Formats: sequence, structure tokens, C-alpha cells
Amino acid sequence: MNRPLTIDKAKTDRSLFARIAANPATLASALILGLMALACLIGPILSPHPYDRVYRDYVLIGPSLTAHPDTTEVDAAMSDIARRMRVEIAATQNDGTKLRATLTSDRPIDARALRYFDRSDIFAPAHIVSSEDEGRRLSLEAPLRREVFLFGTDANGRDLLTRILIAGRVSLAVGLLASFVALVIGVTFGAVAGYAGGRVDAVMMRIVEIVYALPFIFLVIVLTMIFGRNFILIFVAIGAVEWLDMARIVRGQTLTLKRRDYVLAAEALGAPARAILWRHIIPNALGPIAASLTLLVPRVILLESFVSFLGLGVQEPLTSWGVLISDGARTIQSAAYLLIFPALFLAVTLGALQILGDGWRGFFETRND
Amino acid sequence: MDKSAQAILNFRDLNVSYGQNIVVRNVNFALRRGETAAIVGESGSGKTQTILAALRLLPPQAKTTGSIKFEGANLLDLPLPALNRIRGKRIAIIFQEPMSALDPLYPVGAQIGAVLRLQAGLSRRAARERVLELLDLVHIPEPKRRIHAYPHELSGGQRQRVSIAMAIACDPNVLIADEPTTALDVTVAARILDLIAELKQRLGMAMIFISHDLSLVRRFADRIHVMRQGEIVESGSARRITTAPTHAYTRMLLEAEPHPRGEARSFAQAPVILDAKEISVKFRPRGGFFAPSFLMKRDEIKAVDRVTLRLHEGETLGLVGESGSGKSTLARALLKLVPASGMVTFEGRDLTPLSQRALRPLRRSLQLVFQDPFGSLSPRMNVGQIITEGLLVHEPALTRAERDKRAVQALEEVRLHPDLRHRFPHEFSGGQRQRIAIARAMILKPRLVVLDEPTSALDRSVQAEILNLLDQLQAAHGLTYVFISHDLAVIRAVADEIAVMKDGRIIEQGPAREIIEHPRETYTQKLITAAFQAPL
Repeated sequence: MNRPLTIDKAKTDRSLFARIAANPATLASALILGLMALACLIGPILSPHPYDRVYRDYVLIGPSLTAHPDTTEVDAAMSDIARRMRVEIAATQNDGTKLRATLTSDRPIDARALRYFDRSDIFAPAHIVSSEDEGRRLSLEAPLRREVFLFGTDANGRDLLTRILIAGRVSLAVGLLASFVALVIGVTFGAVAGYAGGRVDAVMMRIVEIVYALPFIFLVIVLTMIFGRNFILIFVAIGAVEWLDMARIVRGQTLTLKRRDYVLAAEALGAPARAILWRHIIPNALGPIAASLTLLVPRVILLESFVSFLGLGVQEPLTSWGVLISDGARTIQSAAYLLIFPALFLAVTLGALQILGDGWRGFFETRND
Repeated sequence: MDKSAQAILNFRDLNVSYGQNIVVRNVNFALRRGETAAIVGESGSGKTQTILAALRLLPPQAKTTGSIKFEGANLLDLPLPALNRIRGKRIAIIFQEPMSALDPLYPVGAQIGAVLRLQAGLSRRAARERVLELLDLVHIPEPKRRIHAYPHELSGGQRQRVSIAMAIACDPNVLIADEPTTALDVTVAARILDLIAELKQRLGMAMIFISHDLSLVRRFADRIHVMRQGEIVESGSARRITTAPTHAYTRMLLEAEPHPRGEARSFAQAPVILDAKEISVKFRPRGGFFAPSFLMKRDEIKAVDRVTLRLHEGETLGLVGESGSGKSTLARALLKLVPASGMVTFEGRDLTPLSQRALRPLRRSLQLVFQDPFGSLSPRMNVGQIITEGLLVHEPALTRAERDKRAVQALEEVRLHPDLRHRFPHEFSGGQRQRIAIARAMILKPRLVVLDEPTSALDRSVQAEILNLLDQLQAAHGLTYVFISHDLAVIRAVADEIAVMKDGRIIEQGPAREIIEHPRETYTQKLITAAFQAPL
């Protein structure tokens, strides 16, 4: 007597993506991460401000939606230029797009002094409208530049938004690549150690413990001394440390999985060890691997900022979220937004990763039932 | 009507549902004082849900309607404090798995004592006295010493005795036993059943006994309720249900009991396919990396001890023994899956000196099917990938399309629809999974198949189907089976020859009928009484 099969088709043919799409929180976090990566990739190209451009006239401008300069900034800049030109300002008229100014002086005003306008971040090059009183009274017109600093500028007068996006490239790249390095080494090492068992396992795990015992920062300094300061170094150093946890987790999983009947069945089929690891052990350990990966990526991003903070990671003018946050923390009293915005970006990314990881693990766990 | 005939527990129109899914439907039955009622059904029939509903132990998402009256009070809407005065004190329950029902952190005496102090309000000293009494009542030897034992220090049977002691601690009026012997060895289970019957007599309580095994409950139940898909399909006295069932399902359950094999087959003339001499398997306890080997040798455990076996082509050898007797280890040693000493010859070829790599071509002739159909299929692979895995190893030249064709053939051979090869194992029932596991072995056209308790995790009716399938496959392909089981009824149904294992040794071996009818060893006799005990 054969029982009728009651399996509904809709439930069975769902792919990973369909499952993720079914959970709104997971879907939302995947979208957020995608947008974040996209913004970091193409944002700096679209931004009107290069990430390393210093606006001397806009140091520590607060975040705002309106364009700069406003009238007080124009007046301040004008009086500053007038002082440098050693002239008096007789009258100014600001119509929002350009400034008309009448300057007077005891002596004739040298037109070359107008180059002070060129150097300004507020005015475009000025031109003389009229010259009276043998050059002692000068009317000129200087068009205003219009700059928007959505997130404000930092203590060097650089646009914070562009810098956050550039920093995001570095942080995300480090987070993904170093995690990937750790993942590949850790999973391979752990699965081989766990599956081989016995002496091989004992020796391999002692190696892990020895590397564990090395202080992380000592390792970074040694690597810097050998290879010099290099961006790649961050991946190597972080990857070299973070695979240890992964190896331990995967080894533990492998030890239980290799006693499962389906592994024994594969051995009875004559499958070689490599195929068993690849087809049976690693796919079934994916749940815990995914779980620890979601913790690993944030940890790697934070480690990178720590390394950079010590001056061993990324260097100015390049930056990362960790660097921006540590800079922002120093100016928290005068300019809190320097801390808030990069921290917000980091927090949103980490949160999204966390939720995505939970969803991913949930997916694997339902499969394991 | 005398008082003892009154209903003590009365189920009226009980329904339990999870969302749209109704698991218990219109269950009506009454339990009289001092009566033993058995609820029999296959897995998923709702028998456990019914009694969990009575104690309100169902998960919160379960919805129950109807009523369960205990001495006039409806248990389903009793306030929690009043319910707690009934739970454990008036109605007690014994669970299937004695290990997980006991807390591993506390000595058993303290756990029973806690029930007494909490429910009966006994003092510490009085509770201790009572615990000793109870342990004695459930026949635990040396109760004074065992009172301090932790659950892991006791055997499975003793643990179940402790949970029984805990259940009867407060002299309950109703004792519910949820498959209390399923996780135990047959001889142990028989003794636990004797104990339950004895306690019922002495304490005069009513009992609900839940089981999947009709032949087990008919030995002591007064009434039997047969459940199927959430409904009671037939109720009646034990005698009537087992002798004159009216419902087709009950008849099917009765017929699903494994029938003894018909005429004996003789294989004396058939060629010897596998010859094993003096097989021993030793396990060393885990030592440190540098532990001296002579120390480890001292603590060695002999899982299999100098076993000699000979298998003729086409026959079925039944390997019987209780858990821990070494039968699975022996099977794996025969297939060279665990390191073993001794000599194994397969089709005239000595396997002993071969390395794992050299063995690989021979692996396709020696296949294995496991007990647990849930653990033996990788949850990450679809059925097609699972059953064709062996082809990847042994016939790497096959294209994907050819492998797929072979998968279709293999599935048809085990009577599964070929379209199912794209599904994943978690979508299948236990019996279907076992068919998949058999297909995985059969696709390689093996000569010898070791079946390691292939039907023990299955319902009786499914078990019969699988046994039938195995029989057909054997006839079609001239297979030789080593059939491992703790269940003599199953062994009797399939085996031509029986070997009884105890403590790593084969203590008795011979033609099936001879062993069953004229066992020489007392251990074999004990096994047979436990398995085929006449109805009381």
C-alpha cells in the first residue's frame, strides 16, 4: 500500500532568493545593503566635491540642505578679502547669485589684488565693472559659488558625505574581503582537521591555539615591518587572525556531522574524503557558518578601524568608517554631526548584516528539520 | 452501576488544531476508575496530542475545543492553580524518553523528593523516606545508594523506573504512559511492562497507555481505542478489537504484524559470498596526545569479539541483539568501514590487506542501509543527487542525463514516483525516506546489502511495506542481506539464518526456525519470550 504524496509544489520549489524575499525584514536589510554598496561605489563619482578637496572657507560647517554661502558668510569672506587687499568696503550688494562691491582706498587699487577672489571658495573670479577716482574707487562684481554640504564639512573643510561614501568603500571592502579570506581558510582548515581526526586534528588545532596566543597588534606591527605600510596588509592581518574562530566552529560541526549516517553512507558508497567534505560536511555546516559570518563581518570592520586608528591601516586622505568615527569622537562637543553621520552609516550596515544573517540562518535551519 | 465503573476522565468532542491543521478531531472516550485504556495509532495520528491536551501541555499556538472532565471539573478551562493541584498529583504522566524526562543536574532522589515536597507538602525527612519506599516499589536495587545517583549513572531501564516512581509518587488517580517502552530494549521493555501492570494492580489507578504497537497493548489493556489521522476510528474491549475488528484500519494494523517466513529456504549449496573469520573491533577510550599506549590498551573496549560468520549467496542472515551488543559495529567491520582485526573474504577475494583506496571499486558490491531514515539522507541534497552519489564515484564517465535516467529507474524500483527526485528529504515521510535510502544502495547493483535496523524507526504498516519491498528486491537481483534488528518478530519474518549477539559475541547461530522454536541459550529464550509473549 503506497501512501498518497501530499507535498504542495509551491513550498518545495522555492530558491534561496524566494525564501529571503518572503521575509520582509530580510528583504529590507538586503535592499539596504545593496543600496549602501551602490552609494559607496558610485556616490563619490557623482558627488560635486572630491573627497580630498579642502574648502578653507567652509571649515566645520554644520549639516544643512540649503546651499552655501549665505549672506553672513559672504560678508565675512568679503571683509576678509578686503583686509588682505588693504582696501575699505564702501558698499556691497548681494543678490544671491553674485556680489557687487564698491571698494575704496587711499592709493589706487591694483587690479592684480583681485586674485584673492580666485583663491576663495566662496567667489568665482571677480571682474571690474567700473573704476573711478583714478583707481581709488573700484566697483566689481564677483559671482558666488554655490556649494551644498548635506552632512557638513570636517575640521579640514572637506565634505563629510563624500568622505563617508569613500570610507564606506574601504570598510565594506575590508569587511567582505577579510571575512572571505577568514571564511575560506577557516572552513577548509576546520573541516579537514575535524574530518581527519586523531593526530592530524590534534596537531592542526595546536597550530590554531599557537596563532591564537599571538597578540593581534603584535602581529600587525610585525607584518608592517616586513611588508611596509600597505592597504593589502589589512586584509592579510585581519584574515590571518579571524579564521581561527571559524576553524574552531567548523571543526566542531564536522566532528558531529561526520558521525551522521549520511556521511557513513557516502563512505560505504566509496566516496573519497574530498567529496564527502564538499558534498556532505560543508553544506550541512552552513547554518553555523552563516551565523558566525554575520558576527565576523562587523568585527572585521571594527578591527580595521582599530588598526587604522593606530596609524597602521588606511592613511589620509583616504579614510574608513572607523577612522571617521574616531575623528568624530574627538570633536563630539563642538561638532557632534562628525560622529553621528559615520556612526549612523556603520550602524545601519551592521544592523542590516545582522538581520540578513538571521534570515539566512533561518533558511538553513528550516532545511535541517 | 457500582462506583468503580464511573468515568474518572471523560473526553467530550475534543478538537486540537494548529491554524488550519486539525490534529485531533471529535475525540470522545471515557476512562473508568481502575481501567487501563490503550490509545493505539501510528505516528502522527494525534494520540500524544490528545493526552497532552488533557494536561494543558500543548504549545500555546494549539487551539483546543470540547471538554475533558476530571471528576466533574473541565481541565480545559480550569484556572491554573487548580490545574496544578491536579497535574502530577492526581494525573501523572510517564514520557517515552527517560533520559530527557529527568534533569541531568540533580540526583534522582532529589527529583522525586521535589515532587513530593511540592505536591504532597512532605517535609524533607518524610520525602526521603517516601522516595526510598518508591524506589523499592519500582524494583530499583539498593535504593539507599541509588537515591544519590545522577540520571546518567543509571541504565535506560532504571531511568524509566525512576520516572515511573516520580509519576506514582503522589498516588495519582490516573497514570498516563506515553510509549514508555519504545526507547528501551525488548527484554528491558518487558520488565517495565510487568512493573506497570504490577503497580496498577497494587495501587488501583486508572491508566491510559499510548502505543503504536497493537500486539503490545493487547497483553494488558482493558479497552483499546484506535486512532487514525486525529480521529478514534474504533473503540472496544481489547479482546474484541484484536479478535473481531470492524474497522478496516484496525484490521490493517493487525495484519501489519510481521508474519513468519513461509517454507524454509536452503542455501547450503549456494556459493559462499562473504566469509569472515575472527573479527574483532576494539575501541580505545580517548586518551591525550601523549597517553602511553599500554595504559590505553588496558582500558580497551571490545565491541566485537572474535566473530566468525559465513554468508551464502541469496540468503538473509538475521543479526539479533540488544543495544550495545555490537551488531552495528560488526556490520560495519564486515564492510571494512571500521578498523577491525580478523579476515574478511568477499567473493573469494581477501579484503584484509586492501587499503581504503583499493577497496573503492569493491564498495559498490557492498552496500549499507541505516536505521534512521531522517539521519541517513543529507538534508542539503535533493533525492536525485542523493541516490546518484554512488554513480559519481563508480561510474564517473556517465553524463548528467544518463545519471538522471538511472535515478528514475532506481526510484521506480523502490516504488516511488520518479518526479520526486527533485525534492528534498525533509518533504518525505519515514517510509519514503527509507525507500530513498534503499534506492541509493540499489542503484549500484550491489551483491551484499547490510540492513541496519531498516524498519525500527517506522510504523508497523510501513514496516510491512518495506519488508515486502526488500523481499522483492532480493528475489529480483539475487541479493544477500545481513539484516540487523532488535525485533525478533521482524527477524523471524525475513531471516533464513539467525545469529544472536550479546556483548560483542555471537552466542547462538542457526537456521531461523530452529533458533525461534528451540533456542538453546537462556539469553535467546529471554529474547523470544519478550518478543512473542502470549497475550495475558
